[in-house]
Amino acid sequence: MESSKAEKITDLAFYRTVTSRLGGETLTSCYQCGTCASSCPVAKITDRFNPRVVIRLALLGEKTEVIAGDAIWLCSSCYNCQERCPQKVEIADVIYALRNIAFEERYFPNIYSEFASALKNDGRIVSVSKFAERKRTDYGLPRLQPTGVEPLRKILSAVTFGESLEKRKEAT
Amino acid sequence: MTRYALFLGCIIPARQPSYEISARKALSKLGIDLVDLPDMTCCAPPPVESISLEASLSVAAYNICLAEEADLNLVTLCAGCFQSLARANALLRTDDNLKAKINSILSHAGKEFEGSKEVKHYLQVLVDDVGIERIRKAISRPLNNLRVAAFYGCHVLRPSELLNFDDPESPRILDDLIEALGAESVEYRNKLKCCGGLLRGYSDEIALDLAREKIVNVAKAGADCIATICPFCFVALDIGQIQIRSKFNETFDMPVFLYSELLAVALGIDPEEMALNTHKVKTDKVISKIC
Repeated sequence: MESSKAEKITDLAFYRTVTSRLGGETLTSCYQCGTCASSCPVAKITDRFNPRVVIRLALLGEKTEVIAGDAIWLCSSCYNCQERCPQKVEIADVIYALRNIAFEERYFPNIYSEFASALKNDGRIVSVSKFAERKRTDYGLPRLQPTGVEPLRKILSAVTFGESLEKRKEAT
Repeated sequence: MTRYALFLGCIIPARQPSYEISARKALSKLGIDLVDLPDMTCCAPPPVESISLEASLSVAAYNICLAEEADLNLVTLCAGCFQSLARANALLRTDDNLKAKINSILSHAGKEFEGSKEVKHYLQVLVDDVGIERIRKAISRPLNNLRVAAFYGCHVLRPSELLNFDDPESPRILDDLIEALGAESVEYRNKLKCCGGLLRGYSDEIALDLAREKIVNVAKAGADCIATICPFCFVALDIGQIQIRSKFNETFDMPVFLYSELLAVALGIDPEEMALNTHKVKTDKVISKIC
């Protein structure tokens, strides 16, 4: 995503927005040692993502740069950084918390709309085609059990999941 | 017979029949009874966590509730499903405030999470319930002279504090299970490094660079094939090789197996019954070396 397309907002209390959320609690323990960056497989091959820099920008209140930028979407969720952080900052989870905020502010890559609608329609983020379902008999596999799509929808609506999905801002 | 509720997830029934067939046949042969419960859903993995961690935890907890109601522990084949469910189980068991919050969400679907059941990846079932020795004795078609590159992926190992799967920096479980089949588990550079699978669809270029590095390192070590335990790693490395061929004009021809496929072959199950032809990289040269 192009951060230049969004109006730059610095919000010095942004760290509190993050630490008050599920996943974001440990943000302020970071002392910028860089163990995360040196453990990151993505940071080794591109300068578009560096977990230490994402954390620093969040701490400094550079809200727009973090949530409207492309970096948070380049974490491969390998959890190497989180495993090795000497300060027990749950870095991968902090990045999820930042993505969650980005969603609420309607900055997110297109592909996530597809996951969300598959989840709401079929109960799975990757749909099983009729063809794959029919082939199960040939393979001697048991019939696929129905998904609990109704209870799932109730849960998703209780957490107002995906409300911002239809109102995506300039992204990717 | 040890019974488990099978958590099948999305990508295995959607795209990887060979994973499901081989795992069901092998586990049944080793005395593990898998029960298919109705009403399970997606485990709510990283794409859902990215949208809402609260939704993800709630959906994971909902699925654990179904196993609790059936009075069965859960087993997953997919590493991603394992991470989502085992992590939710561990978090909710140890944090009463979080548990109360998630339970108030689950009440909309008439569920309540107790925390009374275990979530396991099937490798743990193989080691804990069957045992390496029993597997070794059950092998009728040993994979002698086969050099296998074990690939754990990320999501069974980390965050280790919550998952308790194996040592996150030097795991052994998959290597031991490969060696139990008579094969050799070969060391290779950056064995524990991510395959990039989850970046597919957002940044295919970075994802493919990471997958290519993995394949190059495995090929340099002289492995005959890769064995993985994650359907996303499988996609990244198997279909990934087709994409590497068209993008970099490099052909590695490195067969990628789900561990359960190698296990099933070693247990004497006919490879013809396992839909191995759904792999993009042909598996014939490995299968003909074994059978």
